[in-house]
Parts: sequence; structure tokens; C-alpha cells
Amino acid sequence: MPRLLLVFALLIAAMSPALAQERSSLLPDIPKATGAPHPEGNEYWRRNHMDLMRHDRDLTMRDGDRDVGASLKSCFDCHAATNSAGAIVTYESEQHFCRTCHDYVAVKVDCFMCHRSTPDGVDEGAAHAATLPQTRLQGADGTSIIAYLRLVGQGDTGQGIQGND
Amino acid sequence: MTDVNPDNSQKGADISRRDFLRSGAAVATATLAPGVTLIAFGGSPAEAKADAGKRWGLLIDANKCASDCSACVSACSTENGWKGNGNAETDVQWIRKITLNNTETGREVTMPMMCQHCEEPPCVDVCPTGASFKREDGIVLVDKHTCIGCRYCMMACPFKARSFVHEPVNNQKSHAPRGQGTVESCTLCVHRVDKGGVPACVEACEATGHGAIIFGDLKDPQSDIAKRLAEYQSVALRPDLDLNPGVRYSGL
Repeated sequence: MPRLLLVFALLIAAMSPALAQERSSLLPDIPKATGAPHPEGNEYWRRNHMDLMRHDRDLTMRDGDRDVGASLKSCFDCHAATNSAGAIVTYESEQHFCRTCHDYVAVKVDCFMCHRSTPDGVDEGAAHAATLPQTRLQGADGTSIIAYLRLVGQGDTGQGIQGND
Repeated sequence: MTDVNPDNSQKGADISRRDFLRSGAAVATATLAPGVTLIAFGGSPAEAKADAGKRWGLLIDANKCASDCSACVSACSTENGWKGNGNAETDVQWIRKITLNNTETGREVTMPMMCQHCEEPPCVDVCPTGASFKREDGIVLVDKHTCIGCRYCMMACPFKARSFVHEPVNNQKSHAPRGQGTVESCTLCVHRVDKGGVPACVEACEATGHGAIIFGDLKDPQSDIAKRLAEYQSVALRPDLDLNPGVRYSGL
């Protein structure tokens, strides 16, 4: 019964015009896209984009079919998010189109280990794949690797590392 | 997610469904699986590339290759966005210039060396994940989505054609994604070939006026490359291995 009441409460809240205008700040702030909208609708793409992209990537990669409906490259034709200064942001930024939702649902994507996260021609810094642990270690020399291992080993005894130097 | 999930079925099944849709059964499928048809109608039969009736190859004339020229190497690097990090031991190299020296006659020739796009590629044989594969039209590629970076293919390749990416990569080209922990090699500029173009090295060599590399379809007897192969002497590297490479050399 309390659950039913909660549902009603939420329904009423959703219908209230005052509340509808005030979006929760917890919801992702999805950057506006340019270009024509998806004919299938945004809901469809939100639900299925991963399958569409995986399906079509195999067609392109294995069969050489480059006239496919879903590719990262064509995503960024319309979904290149910009920051407040108007510059196109990479996956490093929380404002990046993919990250707004993926951060929200805590789903990590590794597309940008290999793919660029912006349209061609944009200069991407080394940190554009910033969510990867190994890029944080970029430029690490021997001493900082030991420091990193110490950091990682802090959870347990850390004897193996600390005892050796 | 019950209505559309293309990846649940095997890829082969998808292709045949795709072909089926293309064959004109569009009316029925529009109601059967709206999501799937949307993808399937992304292409038309004329645009499906990787044609099994073709075999792309190169013919490299070492006599025309200038020893002081590396236009093909730099063109490849620019086109595909690979570059060295100043460490010759680990830097990637999709194409390199090598020098042959006949110690008896003193004759020295240089030639570009890259993936030979074998008909029987050892790299494909040894790949434990199926990432290393040969397209229908003979182009040998690495599917980096499934490459685990084990480097068996690098050991299997008799031509040292493949490289492992040791460092994190940024500013990739959108047509040539590449990343740390995967193996890569010459793709015969597959993104250009699929659009009817020629590889960047061929274009660059042509632009220097040397014209040492010819690109074309080995299966088409009317193609420039097939005619040239029929008329003049040429060799496959390591013929003892019976790999039938798509890259041929003359004037060695």
C-alpha cells in the first residue's frame, strides 16, 4: 500500500506544471544536437544505440559496408558537444555527449581508447580518453610507477612493494 | 529490448537477413522488425563492398623506387595517423623502406615493405580471438574490437609487417581508429578502397613521379596490375611459404 501511494504521489508530482518546469538537477544535461533528428526518435536511439553501433561496426569492419546507419563518426556529425566557450569537447569533459548519460548511469565505455571522441580535425589532447587508468599514468617514469603501485597496494598489506626499496 | 537486438543472432544470420531484405521483401519486414529494417536499409546492394570477386593487390617495381625517397611511408603515416614516439624498438610502422644489397654484384635496391595481404595469412591462422581476419576481397585486417594484444600474429608474420601499440594514442583519424594494447598493420587503405580510391602510398608514389607502386584487382585480367603481372617477371616474397601474397615485387 505505501508503494501504491508513492506511485500516486509521483504521478501527481509529474502532472503538476510547476514541478514539470523545474527539472531535477540530478538528471543528465544532454547537449543539444545539430542536424536532422533521428526519424526513429530519441527514445529508440537511447535504448538501442549500443546494439545498432555494434551491429554496424561489424558490417563496416568485416564486410566493408560503409553506408551504415550507426557509426561513431556519424554520431559526432551532430552530437559534438561544446563547452561554455563554444569549443568542441572530448570525452575528457563531463559535458561530452556520451558522458552526460554514461556518467549518470555509471556505464563505462571504452570506445575512445581507439576512436576519437570528436569530429575529424578537432585537436584532441592526450587526456581525451581520460577515464582510462593507463592514460593517467602517461609519462610515468619508474618512480611514479612505484608510487602508483603503493597507492594501489594501500588496501592490503603492501609488503611486496614497500619491502623492496 | 525484446524487439530489436541484432547481436543476439549470429552474424551470418544477420547478413542473410540483410540480403533477404534487400531482395525486395521490404513490405513484410517493415512490420516484422522495424528496428532491424532501419539498419538493413542503410545500404543498397551496389554499396556493399568487400566483393569476393575481387582481390586487391599491389605491384611494386623496385627499379623505380628511389633510395632517397620515403613518400609512401610519410603518406601512410599522415593518412592513417600513426607516428613514432622516438623509440625505434617499439614504434609502430605500417610501412617501411628496406634496402636489399647484393654483396656479390654490389647492386642495391630499396623497396617499401608492408603487410603482404596473403591469401593464406599466418596471422589469421594463429589469432586466438578471430580478430585477425581476411576480408572477402583479400585485405587482411585486425578487428581491434576483439584484439587482445597477445601479438601471436606479429610472431607468425614472416614479413614483420605488424606493430603493437605500446603507448596511449590520441588524435586518431576517424577512418583509422587505433589504440594502445592492440596490433595493427597496413590496411591497404581499406577506407579509400571501399570508396573506389587507391591507397595513400600509391597516390604518393605516383605524385613523386616514380610510379613504383601499382594498385588494382588481381582477379580482373583487364586491370593494369594483372596485365603487368602477366607480361613482366615478378616475385612474391618468401615463395617457399606458399602464402600467395597480394603484394608482388619486380626488379628485385
